[in-house]
Amino acid sequence: MRVWRLPADVDTDQLAPGGTMKFGLDVTARHCLEAVRPEFAREVRRGDVIVAGPHFGIGSSREQAASVLVHLGVAAVIAPSFGGLYFRNAFNVGLLLLTCPQARRIDDGETITFDARAGRIERSNGDALACEPIPGFLLDMVEAGGLLPQLKKRLEKP
Amino acid sequence: MPAARTLAQKLVARAAGRADVSPGEIVTCRVDLAMFHDSSGPRRLKPMLAELGAEIWDKRKVVLVIDHYVPEADEESRRIVRIARDWAAEQGLPHVYDSQGICHVVVPQHGHIRPGMFCVGGDSHSPTGGAFGAYMFGIGATEMLGVVTTGEIWLKVPHTIFMRWIGRLTDGVSAKDMMLATIGRHGMNGGQYQAVEFCGEAVAALGMQERMTLANMSAELGAQAGLVAPDETTRAWLQGVGAPDVDCAPWHSDEGAPGVRHNFDASTLAPQVALPHSPANVRPVSDLEQTPIDVAYVGACTGAKLEDLRAAARVLAGFRIAPGVRLLVAPASERDRLVAEREGILRQLVAAGATVLPSACGACAGYGSAIPDGSTVISSTARNFKGRMGSPTAQVFLGSPYTVAASALRGYISDAREILA
Repeated sequence: MRVWRLPADVDTDQLAPGGTMKFGLDVTARHCLEAVRPEFAREVRRGDVIVAGPHFGIGSSREQAASVLVHLGVAAVIAPSFGGLYFRNAFNVGLLLLTCPQARRIDDGETITFDARAGRIERSNGDALACEPIPGFLLDMVEAGGLLPQLKKRLEKP
Repeated sequence: MPAARTLAQKLVARAAGRADVSPGEIVTCRVDLAMFHDSSGPRRLKPMLAELGAEIWDKRKVVLVIDHYVPEADEESRRIVRIARDWAAEQGLPHVYDSQGICHVVVPQHGHIRPGMFCVGGDSHSPTGGAFGAYMFGIGATEMLGVVTTGEIWLKVPHTIFMRWIGRLTDGVSAKDMMLATIGRHGMNGGQYQAVEFCGEAVAALGMQERMTLANMSAELGAQAGLVAPDETTRAWLQGVGAPDVDCAPWHSDEGAPGVRHNFDASTLAPQVALPHSPANVRPVSDLEQTPIDVAYVGACTGAKLEDLRAAARVLAGFRIAPGVRLLVAPASERDRLVAEREGILRQLVAAGATVLPSACGACAGYGSAIPDGSTVISSTARNFKGRMGSPTAQVFLGSPYTVAASALRGYISDAREILA
């Protein structure tokens, strides 16, 4: 999983610019993070991982700021902390967030693997980093693809 | 003797149907009110509800406000607003406010948010409702789908951070300055997604709309909710908007309730300004070098309520803004605009050179094209992230309506106290 490093305080306007919000997710995706890393939207590949500084996803309640990363195939965002609203939104739309106090040790462009349930990230040099535990029901939600598929299942029950 | 509890604990316990809850535990709450707007609401909910084949759990508890894409500027906006209007009619929603102003101001002005309630909103400034002693926070559209189909939502019971303001604000200093100072000191994650409770003499002395400004900018402080314990001010205000006889008595933090406590002195607070591009990049106005401005914006749920318009008019009445400056005023609600007209405030602002814009989210959220590229802006809104107001090259400074008005008058960022004195 290739790592894209981002700075601290990446806000929802950088992830989903306000001016693109009236169009669909396709358009928002083309402009995702253009103010921070202009090549990101073009070059990100399915399964890549974002590693960011503290307070990732601060700002607006627009969940497109999370679903745009699912749309682009981002497997997870790893950061020392997240905006609280963003944290809820991400799991609701099926985006895994890993809160890792030592995220800064991970470099841009390196390859990592992670185990969300174990709360563990492994770097290519064998270095292992611990993540804060995530409540089981949120991991279930993200594995189901978000809240919508879960609600579907719940409402189907007789 | 039962343990002392915070206001947040009491509100969450009630909604969870529990005698008591502890910070950190995860509970399921019944929702008393779900608010959403044209951007986060119908256009996202309608297709997802259809996909689920589900119905709204209780239409009486739902409020739709059309405030983001009005007035419709282009074909995409017209489409989004049409979806909202058609869906509201189709569903027979009893509470719809179309082009009446910004949700965080319109909804309380119709008495929907009362002490003790547990509410969610499809917008990040939803903590505004906490000014009324209700637990209210923002959620995304998918989570709103969960609420409107089940009437429930999960919550991690918050810790409380008490922001105690002793003393009284001086003339020309306002709730906006209190919040900028708070965010400047504690940062955009100072609220740690917990509950912040504003208390102390200076808070108790504020009117409802100034309290709403405190609660509103809890979002920029990174809190989940921003609460003010309701009192006689709350009761009287709600009485005036058709919600009589609310009971404020149960809704306060007990003496000695658990929490972190921070103290501020209102009496020595100077007007505060947030520099580009973060609401946490805060300095007292006197620390700024002379900063010429192109646009002065009095707008948004944060900074264009009636009390904000009154503040701007107090500075500008009888004067004329500096040549070359554009002063834009977008009243936060139609109701506030009407009262401002009646009080003669709007006339004073226009006579000073203001252009009055529709009561909607407008330039605060980057809608319309009010902010030219490369311009320097002083704004009474809540956020100055790069590009937030529509132009990636604009330099946006945040200040109180007093500061915005004083800056429009002089043509550079200024301290209103020098003019009011």
